[in-house]
Amino acid sequence: MKTDSPATKKCRRFYGHGIPHVKLEELAGKLIVVEGADGSGRSTQIARLVDWLETSGHAAVQVGLKRSTLVSSELEKAQQGNILSRTTLSLFYATDFADQLGNIILPALKAGFIVLADRYIYTLMARDMVRGMDEVWLKNLYGIALEPDAVFYLEVEAEELVQRNLSKSATLDYWESGMDLGLSRDVFDSFLKYQNAMRATFRHLQKTYGFNIVDANRPVEFVTKELRKKIRAVLDGD
Amino acid sequence: MKTFAELNFPGRLIAVEGLDGSGKSTQIYLLKRWLEAEGIKVYFSEWNSSELVKSATSKAKKRQLLTPTTFSLIHATDFADRYERHLLPLLRAGYVVLCDRYVFTAFARDVTRGCPPDWVRGLYSFAAQPDLTFFFKADLKVSLNRILEGRPKLKFFEAGMDLRLSADPYESFRIFQGRILEQYMAMSSEFNFIVMDANQNVEKQQSLVRKTVGEKINLSKFKRRLPLPLPPAARPEDKSKEAEEDVAA
Repeated sequence: MKTDSPATKKCRRFYGHGIPHVKLEELAGKLIVVEGADGSGRSTQIARLVDWLETSGHAAVQVGLKRSTLVSSELEKAQQGNILSRTTLSLFYATDFADQLGNIILPALKAGFIVLADRYIYTLMARDMVRGMDEVWLKNLYGIALEPDAVFYLEVEAEELVQRNLSKSATLDYWESGMDLGLSRDVFDSFLKYQNAMRATFRHLQKTYGFNIVDANRPVEFVTKELRKKIRAVLDGD
Repeated sequence: MKTFAELNFPGRLIAVEGLDGSGKSTQIYLLKRWLEAEGIKVYFSEWNSSELVKSATSKAKKRQLLTPTTFSLIHATDFADRYERHLLPLLRAGYVVLCDRYVFTAFARDVTRGCPPDWVRGLYSFAAQPDLTFFFKADLKVSLNRILEGRPKLKFFEAGMDLRLSADPYESFRIFQGRILEQYMAMSSEFNFIVMDANQNVEKQQSLVRKTVGEKINLSKFKRRLPLPLPPAARPEDKSKEAEEDVAA
């Protein structure tokens, strides 16, 4: 069982101005975020965590980027055509995030659910920062975000990511290779450069946001074990 | 916030702001016609009109899906798309760009909806200040009547119904517009609004607009080197669509 005594609970807060008209003290559930590149094992770990949480009697709900009812289809279209400039794309993603925050995450937390987020604002910020956008602007933009109860960044070497992505789909994704940046015309080189830049940016953001960096080069079971242990501590309200 | 002139852009940006029903769209349309006739390179851009974002916005508005935060963000997305794809290149190329509503619409509306002012201004901090901003100030009653007489069916967000100000859409609209007007007036001097008396007749206002533009902007610098044929007049069906969407928030 969860212990929800306010005295032991970490103080709820938004990173910045937050969302208007939200009562933070009503958000009884927990928000757990898993971050990492494609091929870091994010989805696998989240599926395993949901399994484990539900078996233990917790109600869990999953959210992820580009899944809002509001703009997900338009966002998909824009990305396929690669027609939006960077500020626009950035704000479009922020709209998608804000929609899910307001309509899924906050209501679920209010209802006492454990919300598992398959990526959160950190990926969005890192992508934009790698593309040269202003960090101060991004921090203001994502000041709407609720501070999670725990954030895990699944860190994997870029070379290992290449292997995992190729063995899964025999190709490297255009965006996950940062091909829009013109780092290299060769998708393989571009992927390595882009993923290394992303990792460096995550390390930089970690200093501000203090999330857990998890070595996800290891086999799945090892990572699951570490995540469970840390999440259990959060649920026990340490 | 620096103007495009201060940022050494070759082009100039003129914006009109005001409540729904203040007559600002008529005025900027007439300004556009004059500039075109003078052979000036001119481009007109309207709030909430970027093709891609529009489909999301109209869907969201119909289904009443928007929170103050997503309302604000989706309009910022629309603005950014127009700003980066149209306004900036045109201003680099020495155009006179006319905007029916600019960031001040967001500053006034989103704050009225409860978004923190600093946050909203931060969102739009990538945008430079217009070289001229005309604010059309009509008596609240006059603009309300213009809207309420002509189009008796108010849309949900347009009436500010999401703010739960009143169960009656007309009453809600009145309160909402009044609050937006207060926000506009509060930023008027900060952003050098040229406040126009929108209770005057159309011709008087327009001649003042043209005079002001002529005085503040050296228009001879913005003429086309080779005259182009005037663009064809908007088709009638397009016009009615524009009029319908003018008020849409």
